[in-house]
Amino acid sequence: MISANFSAIFYLISGVLFILALRGLSSPETSRQGNFFGIIGMIIAITVTFLSIGNFSTGLVFVLIFLLIGGTIGAFIAFKIPMTAMPELVAGFHSLVGLAAVFVAIAAFLNPEAFNLGYPGNIKLGSLIEMSIGAAVGAITFSGSIIAFLKLQGIMSGSPITFKGQHPLNALILISIIVIIYLLCSSQSSKLFWILLSISFIIGFLLIIPIGGADMPVVISMLNSYSGWAAAGIGFTLENTALIITGALVGSSGAILSYIMCKGMNRSFFNVILGGFGASDQTKNSQNKEQRPVKSGNADDAAFLMKNASSVIIVPGYGMAVAQAQHALREMVDTLKKNDIKVSYAIHPVAGRMPGHMNVLLAEANVPYDEVFELEEINNDFANADVAFVIGANDVTNPVAKTDPQSPIYGMPVLDVEKCKSVLFVKRSLSPGYAGIDNDLFYKENTLMLFADAKKMTEDITKNL
Amino acid sequence: MEIDPFIFRLSIFVLSIFVGYYVVWSVTPSLHTPLMSVTNAISSVIIVGAIIAGLAGNSESVFNISSSFGFLAIALAAINIFGGFLVTHRMLAMYKKKKKEKK
Repeated sequence: MISANFSAIFYLISGVLFILALRGLSSPETSRQGNFFGIIGMIIAITVTFLSIGNFSTGLVFVLIFLLIGGTIGAFIAFKIPMTAMPELVAGFHSLVGLAAVFVAIAAFLNPEAFNLGYPGNIKLGSLIEMSIGAAVGAITFSGSIIAFLKLQGIMSGSPITFKGQHPLNALILISIIVIIYLLCSSQSSKLFWILLSISFIIGFLLIIPIGGADMPVVISMLNSYSGWAAAGIGFTLENTALIITGALVGSSGAILSYIMCKGMNRSFFNVILGGFGASDQTKNSQNKEQRPVKSGNADDAAFLMKNASSVIIVPGYGMAVAQAQHALREMVDTLKKNDIKVSYAIHPVAGRMPGHMNVLLAEANVPYDEVFELEEINNDFANADVAFVIGANDVTNPVAKTDPQSPIYGMPVLDVEKCKSVLFVKRSLSPGYAGIDNDLFYKENTLMLFADAKKMTEDITKNL
Repeated sequence: MEIDPFIFRLSIFVLSIFVGYYVVWSVTPSLHTPLMSVTNAISSVIIVGAIIAGLAGNSESVFNISSSFGFLAIALAAINIFGGFLVTHRMLAMYKKKKKEKK
């Protein structure tokens, strides 16, 4: 058994290694090393925990068994999961962190002696406050992530579920959570502890159901942040620096990502969280509009345009992920490059269903990361490019965001796709995008619509090149 | 009067938020997905609490209610730790630079 001071120093070291793990992600070259630091940090934290308890009773066998079971499942999932399913996976993992936090809080509440927190019915006040906050946030993270997972997986409809009195109800529940934590801390009643957990589960569920599918980047980032705060709350209870540092890191990381995502949509955080974007009346308006003429073409036309171009910019979106078209796209680009055509990729911050989703898919298809550019880096290049190839993106290219103050997406940063000499738009139909508005780009002189499945169309173009 | 140890932990917490803020802003946007999966993995360091809970059962009853919750939490956190780090590794291995011409 090692002393508490000694183990605290090792927890600090693993906290520092976690900081380095995130630091490594500042560039792809250092990122693998960063991940390695993270693993070392985790090994140190777990080893020190075993050593600090020292008393290896029969429980140890079971600890190792459960560790092995979880580890095997985790490793299996990590190797099997397709890259297109990354948003679901991350949402699923968030729910596990949340639930683990809840379980640890329950264990600590039932057996506080094991954690030096006092005795059942007489837990130290500070610890009880930290524990109940950690448990409540963990429960919200769990049920919220489950809903996000179901929506992303398509098991649950991606459209917002709203009902009358939703916001007052949520507000009421949130207030009652605070009241219950106060009562719990003054009475130490275990009944209140269970009530607290139950209503926290319910509020997590209620908070996420009104948020629609395309707002998932914000939701996932937000839940990422919550899982961090839950961990930090438990870290305070356990007086563990590694957990406090990690919780703070993850919490601020998720918060920053949510901020970046909201900015990418030019919406406030509360606007997203309160849900109901692209309300139904706007969709009706666009349906009532008179049919405007569009030019549509086939793979042959598209191949002809691209063959005669000297530079092509590809704009991928969620549709590419759905159609699993990233490999077909890479093959098309390879053919273009053989014809000495310059190709680059333009990625909007909210393309896809989670931050950086498109980058991972392109990386999977062996697209070098130095050909992939962010919105600010590439937006000026559209004016000089010959062809923009929009595959699976929609709202993020809509020029209305710059021209029509009435539009719900007005002010959102968009890719200046319309400045290209010609635009190829791969889409299954003319239906409006997530924001429920018509895309002016469809009707421009220089736009050629390619109505087809993204993967099939890309393959056909490659054949015709 | 001595300072409550809680204040020290609070200081660590607040400073870590600032460290996190600056470190995360320097993460390149193309690695935001690995960032999420790795933060997932490291936040599962909550497993240390689960291990303490799991080992707290006395030798007569390894499985009391408290330690059972500990064991379950160990399994959940382990899924995350192994899954999170491995999937991050898998993703990061895919990020390649343009190959140098004529190699």
